[in-house]
Amino acid sequence: MDYHSPASFAEASALAQNATGITRFLAGGTDVLVQLRSELVTPDTLIDIKKINGVHDITRNSDGSWTLGVAATGAEMSEHPELGHDWPGVVEAMDLIGSTQVQGRATLTGNLCNGSPAADSVPAMVAAGVTVTVTGPEGARDVAVENIPTGPGKTSLAKGEVISSVNIPARGENGGDAYLRFIPRTEMDIAVVGVGVNLRLDGDIITEARVSLGAVAPTVLLVEEAARAIIGTTLDDAALDALTAAASAACNPIDDKRGTIAFRTEVAGVLAKRTAKIAYARAKGEQA
Amino acid sequence: MSKLHVTTTVNGDEVEYLCDPRETLLDCLRDKLNLTGAKEGCGTGDCGACSVTVDGRLVCSCLMLGVEAEGKQIETVEGIADGYVLHPLQKKFIEYAALQCGVCTPGILVAAKSLLEKNPDPTEEEARYWLAGNLCRCTGYDKIIRAVMDTAAELREAS
Amino acid sequence: MALDHRKSIFNFVGTRPDRPDGLDKVTGRARFGADAYAPGMLHGAILRSPHAHARIVRIDTSKAEALKDVKAIVTRADFAVLPFKPGLEGEFWNVLENVMAGEKALYDGHAIAAVAATSALAARDALKLIEVEYEVLPHVTDVDNAMAADAPVIREGAADYSVPEGMHPNVVRYHESGHGDVEAGFAEADLVIEDSFVTEATHQGYIEPHACLASLGMDGKGELWCTTQGHWYAQKYCATLLGIETAQLRVTASEIGGGFGGKTTVFIEPVALALSRKANRPVKLVMNRSEVFRSTGPTSSASMDIKIGMKKDGTITAAQGIFRLQGGAFPGAPGDLTAMCAFAPYDLTNVRQVGYDVIANRPKQAAYRAPGAPMGAFAVESVLDELCNQLGLDPVDVRLKNAAAEGSKASYGPTYERIGLVETLEAAKAHPHYSAPLKPGQGRGISCGFWFNHGGETSVSLALSEDGSAQVMVGTPDIGGSRASMALMAAEVLGIPYENIRVTVADTASLGYNDVSHGSRVTYASGLATIKAANHAVEKLCERAAAKWGIPVDAVKWEDGCAVPSGPNAGDFDPLPLADITADMGATGGPISGHFEATPEGAGVSFGTHIVDAEVDSETGKTSIVRYTVIQDAGKAIHPTYVEGQYQGGAAQGIGWALNEEYIYGEDGRLQNSIFLDYRIPVASDLPMIDTVIVEVPNPGHPFGVRGVGETGIVPPLAAIANAVSNAAGVRMKQLPMSPPRILAALKEK
Repeated sequence: MDYHSPASFAEASALAQNATGITRFLAGGTDVLVQLRSELVTPDTLIDIKKINGVHDITRNSDGSWTLGVAATGAEMSEHPELGHDWPGVVEAMDLIGSTQVQGRATLTGNLCNGSPAADSVPAMVAAGVTVTVTGPEGARDVAVENIPTGPGKTSLAKGEVISSVNIPARGENGGDAYLRFIPRTEMDIAVVGVGVNLRLDGDIITEARVSLGAVAPTVLLVEEAARAIIGTTLDDAALDALTAAASAACNPIDDKRGTIAFRTEVAGVLAKRTAKIAYARAKGEQA
Repeated sequence: MSKLHVTTTVNGDEVEYLCDPRETLLDCLRDKLNLTGAKEGCGTGDCGACSVTVDGRLVCSCLMLGVEAEGKQIETVEGIADGYVLHPLQKKFIEYAALQCGVCTPGILVAAKSLLEKNPDPTEEEARYWLAGNLCRCTGYDKIIRAVMDTAAELREAS
Repeated sequence: MALDHRKSIFNFVGTRPDRPDGLDKVTGRARFGADAYAPGMLHGAILRSPHAHARIVRIDTSKAEALKDVKAIVTRADFAVLPFKPGLEGEFWNVLENVMAGEKALYDGHAIAAVAATSALAARDALKLIEVEYEVLPHVTDVDNAMAADAPVIREGAADYSVPEGMHPNVVRYHESGHGDVEAGFAEADLVIEDSFVTEATHQGYIEPHACLASLGMDGKGELWCTTQGHWYAQKYCATLLGIETAQLRVTASEIGGGFGGKTTVFIEPVALALSRKANRPVKLVMNRSEVFRSTGPTSSASMDIKIGMKKDGTITAAQGIFRLQGGAFPGAPGDLTAMCAFAPYDLTNVRQVGYDVIANRPKQAAYRAPGAPMGAFAVESVLDELCNQLGLDPVDVRLKNAAAEGSKASYGPTYERIGLVETLEAAKAHPHYSAPLKPGQGRGISCGFWFNHGGETSVSLALSEDGSAQVMVGTPDIGGSRASMALMAAEVLGIPYENIRVTVADTASLGYNDVSHGSRVTYASGLATIKAANHAVEKLCERAAAKWGIPVDAVKWEDGCAVPSGPNAGDFDPLPLADITADMGATGGPISGHFEATPEGAGVSFGTHIVDAEVDSETGKTSIVRYTVIQDAGKAIHPTYVEGQYQGGAAQGIGWALNEEYIYGEDGRLQNSIFLDYRIPVASDLPMIDTVIVEVPNPGHPFGVRGVGETGIVPPLAAIANAVSNAAGVRMKQLPMSPPRILAALKEK
């Protein structure tokens, strides 16, 4: 295994473009090292992107949007004084991944590129409308997060392409987001179901909503039916019932060691309801 | 296979080693620097027995490559005591019998010290969640949490 | 054992001093299995079967051998080849077959070959070049399926004499016991409940993987450093499997990072020795976590049928249990122990229990804390709870009404001596936890539990130094603070401060044979031997004082660390402190030591009662343990803090077993969850504080009244939690673990 630590994304991209065999980018390494040590994936080329300038930065832009460096860790996101105020769901989703120790290394980009349908941060990012900037041989392009994973362990990134920043929209007025997951323990588990909800209110009425489900299909889902179930409502019981039904209906899960099809389908609805309530309360400016 | 040269600082001492890029920081601490306090309980970041801090940040040394340590400041369990004087956490762990077999203890001490540096007044729930990545199979965590909470109280009184 | 020196008032025993290994363990200095290195050391790695059941057609190691970093490769052909032990039988053969597969791979993870190379990475790289041709065979991993008529036969002729005719060859041992007439008893009952229960296999989950450093020369002399609960066992088995003489192999036990029964046997140790012999260099071998899960001792899985009859007043009229335990591809599943323990808390007129030991394509089960008892208690105590619910009876009252006491005929045969079950139930009834109000969604469960406890072969040696300090050498690895307990007991007899005593776990070359640290035997048996060894030294101290004073030795007694003239000579001389006698012992007759070797038979059985409150999320099936109280009879708590630690640890492991821990096998017979991410042991945020009540009903078989405390604590939790969850959810949970999908499914069917 060759180890590289390039000084720019262009250099990183070129290294990947010219590499043969298996190439992996190393940010926090909390998936790459596990796969390496268990001999699931032994890269021929490992490209550590942490020495590139600015990769740890968390920046609020003048329009209120956010740009996160690809090596910004979960711990750095949680400790940021303002990011969690704007996007508590995204920050909490990232914070749920692994232990305190893992938080010291793990990143949004790594969680996304690992391609797991159960990645906690991804439904929250999808709900929030996050995009990533992809740097490749042909230059840079912005891609919606939901368009990165294509299946378990697979992404739409081409050879030589590397994610170079994470772009979170401006929060704007009367908005709120939330993420909940189901795990059997209180910590340290992979999500059996994950739900991200992001919504905006006009008074008590939901005017915009995005609902995303994790761990219930080969990729994280953006569920428009679930959003439609609550748009135009005050999140009353009928809306919550419709949301629950829409979330469960969108599931296409598998039976595996972490949960059954029936369980995932049922709990996706339960969590959608609970998550929406939190996002709604946040949009109202209430503590939740 | 070509090995990479790394210069880093461990518990205040500048050290050097040659490592295969596949070797973890934990491998390097244990097998190259003879610092066997950090343990490999899982190799997947799930047990925390290998906990160290890198530039003040709590991490699993099994989830970091040895080559990534270049230029970093690393603290391990061997550096917790101040010379002959045990850290208050170390004293409380003995006093409370917050260890049985003791193999998770180095990681738990490193993690608990990191907690108290960030949050001198944790609730029991905060302490339990902070330490959720440090598995202990012997104690049921009861005496560990009591030792951490009492150390926090003692440190607050002393400051 | 003679019950001399019985004590009930103590100066040291019952206090809570710091443990002698504390400093090393909080500073990173303590040396565990993987913390040893040797000059010229190689690193080993083991190739493991990816198949649950396969004939090994061919192993080609030539490509791996061609690597310059590779110094030795061993397969089964490298074991037991020297003249001493031409053929192995019984457990020796089982262990050999388990540590390195012979003709067949019997489970996913079974060792096939091993490499020693100049680095750990080189060794693992070399494994990838070993070619193994397998003929994959049909497999079975479930206990009920393994007993079915069409199940593949895992090993012909594995069954022993106990198995009745007509059973599937995978049933390898059979146990039946009891007394009275259960059919007559059921006829007397007002309510009979019969139900079936299932528990999945769990792992001991010690945080330290198996690790060793081995050196074996061409002269047949070897050194082995390993993490083990029993280094004499390791010595005997390694020597036998390698074909060398036992005494030529010196084994040193490292600090042990948890065992819970799982380190009472050998896995990698014989392999490391074989590699070392072949490479002619020391070899270090360390398992990774996945190897630990795939290849070392899980507990058995179980399938059980229980039938209990009860009168309206709570009297149990009859009880019957059938317990089928699957213990992997080798005999040893403790179906007999499950059967013997299941009804042991109760004084029953009519009881019958049957236990099956069944083999399947899984790793060889190893002991796990009261092996066999927790699953049986789960089944029996669940039915008792259901009887109490349906008859409207208080579950503690019913257990008190039927509780075994001194003189009761145990369900497994003997008559109990003094036991403390009633005392734990009375303490439960009086505990504030038992009467505390429950919130909506919460349920309370209680359960009793029983474990035999064990004596075992034991040697202890004690030597006094000129300055009056004492060193105690024990042969039982310290798995829970036992060095502190030994020092307290020695201090009690010698009358010198705890701090003046150093207790060492001696290597096999430095002490006589010792049985493994298992069966909750260490504080009982090594403790008893320490007391006897100290008494032996005290006899000599008294002899020296008698000689100095010129009086008969029987006119000298030992009090508070001094020889004191007694009887007609009382007051004639000043008390002579221990250090004054040892100061010139070289001139008064030579070194003063004491020793004791025996197989003590008086390990007192122990009982516990647990109370637990659980809260169930009815929409997701997720359970939280909100309050937990352990009440257990310790006989006498030598170091109460460590007794509490045993209670808490047993409860925590039981919580994991009850709620989330399980071995999950795929259709292909491969283990699906071989890392801690998916084998879900409790984390700190999962648990509440665990309250403890130490009941002390002295064991008549120990000078200070000690009963073992290590294992009983894991017997009641499965049942207590199942009862709490069932009462919270309003539906009886009959399968462990009670994972959220199982609870939600049960709620849906309610």
